[in-house]
Amino acid sequence: MSILIDGTTRVVVQGITGREGSFHTEQMQSLGTKVVAGTSPGKGGTTHLGVPVFDTVADAVKATGATASGIFVPAQFAADAMMEAAAAGITLIVCITEGIPIQDMIRVKDFLRSYPAARLLGANCPGLITPGQAKIGIIPQRITAPGSIGVVSRSGTLTYEVGSALSAAGMGQSTIVGIGGDPVLGLTFRDVLEMFEKDEATRQVVIIGEIGGSDEEHAAEFLARGSRLKAVAFISGRTAPEGKRMGHAGAIISGNRGTAKSKEEAFRKAGVPVAETTDNIVGMLR
Amino acid sequence: MKLLEYQAKEVLALLGIAIPPGMVARTPDEAAAAASRLGPVAVKAQVPVGGRGKAGGIKLAKTPDDARKAAEQIIGMDIKGFKVPLVYCEAALDIEREIYLGFTVDRDARANILMLSAKGGMDVEQVAEESPESIARLYPNPWRGPLDFELTQLVYDAGLGRLARPIGALIKKLYRAIPDYDALTAEINPLVVTKSGEVVAGDAKLEIDDNAAWRHKDLEQRYGAVIEGDPYEVEAKKRGLTYVSLDGDIGIVGNGAGLCMSTLDLVQRAGGRAANFCDIGGGAKAEVVENALAVILMNPRIKGVLINVFGGITRGDEVAKGIITARDNLRMKLPLVVRLSGTNQEEGREILKRNGIEPGVNAWEAAQKIVELTRAAVR
Repeated sequence: MSILIDGTTRVVVQGITGREGSFHTEQMQSLGTKVVAGTSPGKGGTTHLGVPVFDTVADAVKATGATASGIFVPAQFAADAMMEAAAAGITLIVCITEGIPIQDMIRVKDFLRSYPAARLLGANCPGLITPGQAKIGIIPQRITAPGSIGVVSRSGTLTYEVGSALSAAGMGQSTIVGIGGDPVLGLTFRDVLEMFEKDEATRQVVIIGEIGGSDEEHAAEFLARGSRLKAVAFISGRTAPEGKRMGHAGAIISGNRGTAKSKEEAFRKAGVPVAETTDNIVGMLR
Repeated sequence: MKLLEYQAKEVLALLGIAIPPGMVARTPDEAAAAASRLGPVAVKAQVPVGGRGKAGGIKLAKTPDDARKAAEQIIGMDIKGFKVPLVYCEAALDIEREIYLGFTVDRDARANILMLSAKGGMDVEQVAEESPESIARLYPNPWRGPLDFELTQLVYDAGLGRLARPIGALIKKLYRAIPDYDALTAEINPLVVTKSGEVVAGDAKLEIDDNAAWRHKDLEQRYGAVIEGDPYEVEAKKRGLTYVSLDGDIGIVGNGAGLCMSTLDLVQRAGGRAANFCDIGGGAKAEVVENALAVILMNPRIKGVLINVFGGITRGDEVAKGIITARDNLRMKLPLVVRLSGTNQEEGREILKRNGIEPGVNAWEAAQKIVELTRAAVR
């Protein structure tokens, strides 16, 4: 078992013929991911990497029954790509693209309210992987191993680092989910923890957060209500300087939340130990 | 991009919002000339950061001579790390009352939030803390913007019902900064009601989303060059790096924002102080490493550099070769510690060793080592 994705998930890659799209589609295929379709407007009817290419996501869904999508299109087109996927009936939309304007993301989030079945991961995230079965995105499979630890993270490279330390210690993972570091994004820590809670194969979780926003605090509040999962948290950015901010609007709405201290305290209060460095995580899970 | 006050006001004026008459002055003489045209003025430092009033960056000048003296004091002054390039001389207002009005992104709600308060002025953060109910809030629909009745409700909620019509109309204009300019923050504090009943923007803060720069090339062209920020950040931007200057003496290069931030944390924990944050992204290509080192080495305070790279898709041997090439091209002599992990880490570490760099196995040990080496260099 796992969350969100497994070896049976039928995946369409949006932007499959691009450089990034091609490279990562091959990586996804080599793990065994069922990439059933790709899209690239104007190239419908062709085949790329052994996968049928369609002009639109709706065409791809109709022809192949794809339910999940990975988005590798440039930032200017990414917002439209996410909305196109939702409108076509895709229920897991994974947007890898970075540098998407925040106002575009705010409009996408509003649009997705009309598609409650559609779950968005990212944007600007490394995607997700269920080791040994399937992945959408760019998490290298060689740092992973199948097992019972759920990993949810805002940072790409820190995820790889923690994944590889866990795998080296013989502690496999159920699913690794990179939610991305943008201010406005799809699935939150809390959303993913709720899924891990319901997934029998997951027994422990690692939460890798960072300064900014209050998603970590919300995750801690969720865990504080009682969870069967043994959790360890890590927060990066303790010593990051306060941004050279201007105006008061940000401070009015966020108050004291968002600092590393606030996040670490929230987790400790919830009974979740906080690792001092990523190297300590493996030992704390044992 | 954070616009300076006069730039933000030019944008507000384009949106149809009333601003006081004002003139930019780059020299004390220009400030004197502005005061002789405008009458009594406020001479205001132009820096993309708050708190300039408290830092002595705003002075009232009744006469052209006063304005000249004020400008002499303010131009070139350092306000929170920004050298003041110019002042904005603005006609003094006859203030009846001050209101707070601001749009920003509420990360938690994943939406824009509009806030309005009858208690405007400098201490609005304190107001937010002590009496949050006195700040009226609205989350406008991001596709159609705020509707008239929503704004009427907002203005009444803020206790400003008497001004419902002019403020509602003004908010609609300010909202255009979001769809038209990709504003992340658009704030008018204070929004001044003058004794003659006009509603005028007393100050203005506008931050444009850098991710949307491609949609607003005109703004970048018009305003991009005026702000004299940190020279290393300016150079880093030219080279396409994600770089933030800090005040320590150890240069930091990492791949990925999270990894890079956690590297800063480790250096501090080991007793050192980082000179910067520099994220070279996932690929860690030789050219990018060289650009990062080049910017870091511009800073004369630097005593050593720590590179922390986790190779996921990128192979460790390629990263190691890139680092050696960059070091050699730049003829770097300062202590360099590299912590390399991930794919092909053994091959990568071997290459580093052959070229005289002892690789750190984990990030914590590497952080301790660079702190130790830079301390030794001081002695």
